[in-house]
Amino acid sequence: MATQGKKKRSAHLSHLLSFVRKEFRHMLRDRKTLLILFGMPVVQVLLFGFVLSNEVKETRIIVVDQAKDAVSQALIEKIEASSYFTVLTDSLPPTGITDAFRSGRIKAALVLPADLQRDLLHDGRNTVQILTDATDINLAQTIEGYLTAIITDFSLADGMAAPYVIVPETRMLYNPELRGAPNFVPGVMAMVLLLVCVMMTAVAIVKEKELGTMEVLLVSPMRPALVIISKAIPYLILSFINLLAILLLSVTVLDLPIRGSLPLLLAESTLFITTCLTLGILISIVTASQQAAMFASLIGLLLPTMMLSGFMFPIENMPLPLQVLSNAAPSRWYYVIVKDIMIKGAGFSSIWKETAVLSGMTLFLFAVCLKKFNIRLSER
Amino acid sequence: MELAIEATDLSKWYGKEKILAVDHVSLAVKPGEIFGLIGPDGAGKTSIFRMLTTLLLPNTGTARVNGFDVVKDYLEIRDRVGYMPGRFSLYQDLTVEENLGFFATVFNTTIEENYHLIKDIYVQLEPFKKRYAGKLSGGMKQKLALCCALIHRPEVLFLDEPTTGVDPVSRKEFWEMLARLKQHGITILVATPYMDEATRCDRIALIQEGRILQVDTPAAITAAYPDRLFQVKGGSMSATLRALNKLDGIIRCYGSGEFAHVAVPATATHMEQRIKDHLLAQGLTDVVVRPAIPTIEDVFIKFTLEKKA
Repeated sequence: MATQGKKKRSAHLSHLLSFVRKEFRHMLRDRKTLLILFGMPVVQVLLFGFVLSNEVKETRIIVVDQAKDAVSQALIEKIEASSYFTVLTDSLPPTGITDAFRSGRIKAALVLPADLQRDLLHDGRNTVQILTDATDINLAQTIEGYLTAIITDFSLADGMAAPYVIVPETRMLYNPELRGAPNFVPGVMAMVLLLVCVMMTAVAIVKEKELGTMEVLLVSPMRPALVIISKAIPYLILSFINLLAILLLSVTVLDLPIRGSLPLLLAESTLFITTCLTLGILISIVTASQQAAMFASLIGLLLPTMMLSGFMFPIENMPLPLQVLSNAAPSRWYYVIVKDIMIKGAGFSSIWKETAVLSGMTLFLFAVCLKKFNIRLSER
Repeated sequence: MELAIEATDLSKWYGKEKILAVDHVSLAVKPGEIFGLIGPDGAGKTSIFRMLTTLLLPNTGTARVNGFDVVKDYLEIRDRVGYMPGRFSLYQDLTVEENLGFFATVFNTTIEENYHLIKDIYVQLEPFKKRYAGKLSGGMKQKLALCCALIHRPEVLFLDEPTTGVDPVSRKEFWEMLARLKQHGITILVATPYMDEATRCDRIALIQEGRILQVDTPAAITAAYPDRLFQVKGGSMSATLRALNKLDGIIRCYGSGEFAHVAVPATATHMEQRIKDHLLAQGLTDVVVRPAIPTIEDVFIKFTLEKKA
């Protein structure tokens, strides 16, 4: 009896190994998909890093200097000295500003009144006008914030603030420069892992059903659970490679350090990958065709989870039902974990709750998988 | 002696409308025989195969394969049988060798261990062993699929339409291989829509619309054909059939290959001459009429036409 059990176990192991080898062959021979799988994370990281950032960098601004005195000159120099703005120096009539905005030459304008220095000296205060192109709301707000900061700083430095003016001092913690990278790298990680694990696993298993090979595998000593596990392993490895690639890119190219512990980050990521794989397997169990699996994972799962993960839109701003719903998105919890570890440098004690939620989800999904798994052919 | 396959009162229906695919079928297949399920597309052959291979649950009835119940002992059956589905079900992006190797491992064996079983077939595949399975011809694909179903030396082999879409030469070779496998004591249940393949089986079951019409050896089935049969030719097939339909005293007539087949009551006399005279009177030339030996196809057509009538 004991030797029989041993024999069975070694049979399972050799099944597993040979199946995993077969899966890798499928994967490596499908060059197009492979390219997408490995290209996607790289492209996304670079895309988010350089193109889609709403950081303010060398934004073109026009200063309409009606004062043309020492104070206005000093202020313009200060604005120019920051790397955020490029000051266009052509002198424009006030009406010309509208044209400059329309043609897209400038994103912001600063109008300094003619009596800037005199009013400041007499009343200790003055008003300048900031105009921004609010077709891009985020950018407009950021520009406004930066300009205000520079001007406030300027008046403080020159001791010109009125005695009773209270100047709020804001500090942007963890990301004082308001860089985009810290925000999107965890998001991209969640998105890429979700995409690779859920969709690819779902499609890989459904493919066997569609090709009829599942029929042959069912009528064999190979146990279905083993089919599923062996399908998941290659994608686990692939996702891990993707994860390392994203981290490497963000550290080297985007200058985003990992403040917390790397092993902890990798461990938490593996947990999230497992959650996603289980989700993919569940989809593959309940769908019958590759198209249905693709549709279910892309439209039914990925899109909503990305929207609800807090990466694109802050969860706090959502209506209450959506906030409640967002709790069901695994990426929401992973996003918090990654942000905490990478950017805040937090340890396990501050993310144990999120970890527990993800673990619970995985166990739940796994249980559903086991319950739903069909040991026979599904009937038409 | 225990039966290799024993099905009792097996039924299967699908969907909410309960479309009946298999209608109270009972079968008994002896160990070591080649048993054919002969019937047209949609007769329920695949559904029977899927119930016997534990892939579908029967709605009524029970079935045992080598003594194991298809519902209760499905794992035992899955360990012991070989199954080749009607649709090509191997990995197209793996090579011939990789497919065979993979299935060998899945069945806890190696290619070397049972090479003697597949040798005759595999020698033909060996020149292409580095080729992707998807790039093989239809006949080669079927041979590879058979190798994969055989590699673990199954006790019972289920072949669902193994020769569909295969050229006549490969079909012939395929049946020769099955005859050799029989020598190894493997029970083979094979489904086919080709009537001419029936004679290759030890025993056959004629199946139509989910029901078994008759079970016996091919020779016994054709011998039991109750009518006398003639082969008739004269001008075009449609003209011949039109003319024959006007003749009294015949039971049925239909085209079969280049001849029209005419069945007349066994008791009728001088029919050969009567048919000839009638056709000549109808203005047909080059009339040939001669006695014919009934084939499985003739038996099948008899059932089909009788059902319609």
